[in-house]
Amino acid sequence: MAKRRVVTTTINGRQTEFLCEPRQTLLEVLRDTLDLTGAKEGCANGNCGACTVLMNGRPVDSCLVLGVETEGAVLETIEGVAPVDGLDPIQQAFLENAALQCGICTPGFIMSCKSLLAENSDPTENDIRFYLAGNLCRCTGYDKIVRAVLDAAKKRNAEPAPA
Amino acid sequence: MRDFEYEAPASVAEAVKILSRHNGSARPLAGGTDLIDQIRTGRHAPQVVVDIKKIPELSVLELTAGGLRLGAAVPCYRMYGDPRISAAYAALADSARIIGGIQIQSRASVGGNLCNSGPAADSTPSLIALGAVAVIAGPAGQREVAVENFCTGPGKNVLAPGEFLVELKLPPRLPHSGSHYRRFIPRNEMDIAVVGVAASVVLDGSGEKFVSARVALGAVGPTPLFANEVGKLLAGQPVNEQTIAKAADAARAIARPIDDMRGTKEFRLHVTGVLTRRVIEESVQRARS
Ligand SMILES: Cc1cc2nc3c(=O)[nH]c(=O)nc-3n(C[C@H](O)[C@H](O)[C@H](O)COP(=O)(O)OP(=O)(O)OC[C@H]3O[C@@H](n4cnc5c(N)ncnc54)[C@H](O)[C@@H]3O)c2cc1C
Ligand code: FES
Ligand code: FES
Repeated sequence: MAKRRVVTTTINGRQTEFLCEPRQTLLEVLRDTLDLTGAKEGCANGNCGACTVLMNGRPVDSCLVLGVETEGAVLETIEGVAPVDGLDPIQQAFLENAALQCGICTPGFIMSCKSLLAENSDPTENDIRFYLAGNLCRCTGYDKIVRAVLDAAKKRNAEPAPA
Repeated sequence: MRDFEYEAPASVAEAVKILSRHNGSARPLAGGTDLIDQIRTGRHAPQVVVDIKKIPELSVLELTAGGLRLGAAVPCYRMYGDPRISAAYAALADSARIIGGIQIQSRASVGGNLCNSGPAADSTPSLIALGAVAVIAGPAGQREVAVENFCTGPGKNVLAPGEFLVELKLPPRLPHSGSHYRRFIPRNEMDIAVVGVAASVVLDGSGEKFVSARVALGAVGPTPLFANEVGKLLAGQPVNEQTIAKAADAARAIARPIDDMRGTKEFRLHVTGVLTRRVIEESVQRARS
């Protein structure tokens, strides 16, 4: 078996070291080694986006990244989204707009949405649908999700920027 | 997933050494959006995965008077994220914007798209239309191959054991030129092309005459096809409906599609004609503006 390696990353602002085999995906490392089970495995081949995390600020499917590739990377997962005293405006908007049913797809949608709003603070419905094309939902339907993202953008734009 | 070793060389020479040492059982890893799933499903069983993203040349994205240098591992988002590149090499930016969704575009490279050598690869027709040349490194040094000669069959290309793609070189954009790539898919996004067409045209100063043109077709043959006849037919002709209709007919004559779950042969031929017309028209618009 290939030798395990020590990988050093920053996950949700904290320096994190883990041991992994080359064949382990980032999704496996997050879920099985680090107990960060927020990212979900829907398809394991890059089609559903349930495993979306941010790597150096960009959304990636963590099932299509090797754990060893993240040496030195800055990672953000759903576990790091909520502030200590509540929810992120995106999470709040998903709740208020009933943009989830079973919730399997939600962590992935929220991570993609975070990245979308960081790039484009005032997206149109079309921008949102195009940007979220790599995230699939099998139960809620996309209208409520799109409405939640529009609402999240409004909420964020109304809030004073964090210091 | 199957077991393999992982290496991340920091130079072209070191990568060639590793690839040669394993004589075919090592595979380069760029964005991994094809490779990781191919290992998981057993289509490829490399003993060593060679991560090429730490090699500086592979991340070069440089626009100069001499043209564009596109490192083989540059992810799609960097291409459409640069307004100068999306303007000068519009067909390539069109391709980069529709490969997978946003997560795929964060990682997937044009180099990986080319080396995977699928007949429906969305960026290869654009590379061909824009006259790109592949720079290949190997045990015997570097060599260059025009992209239209790179793929040799479904999943097959000219790379010999020990060789890998370093970068793509695109010639400078000429005045009064424009390019476009478009594909037909039944959905709006996240699907494999039923047909894809790329064109790049150069007009004269009046914008009413084709000086030259290059057209390439995807998903209508065992490899992406360079439709050389179409370009020849357009050169020197006035920009009008008849000229473009003739070009579309010529593209249909070059296409060699098969029947499969994505479309029948007849349908693909029809779509080839329609897309060729639209892609040339849009390239003309872009050349004029
Ligand atoms: C959900 C999903 C959607 C997709 N949608 C599209 C789409 O719309 N259009 C499309 O064309 N493709 C699509 N793809 C396929 C894939 O994303 C593209 O082919 C992508 O460009 C591959 O690039 P990569 O950097 O990820 O390559 P990798 O997966 O890293 O490599 C691909 C292959 O090329 C080899 N390779 C990579 N770089 C080099 C090099 N420099 N030298 C030699 N060999 C090399 C690898 O060994 C491997 O065999 C999709 C894939 C997924 C999972
Ligand atoms: S589990 Fe990664 S995209 Fe579906
Ligand atoms: S809420 Fe169930 S898949 Fe989206």
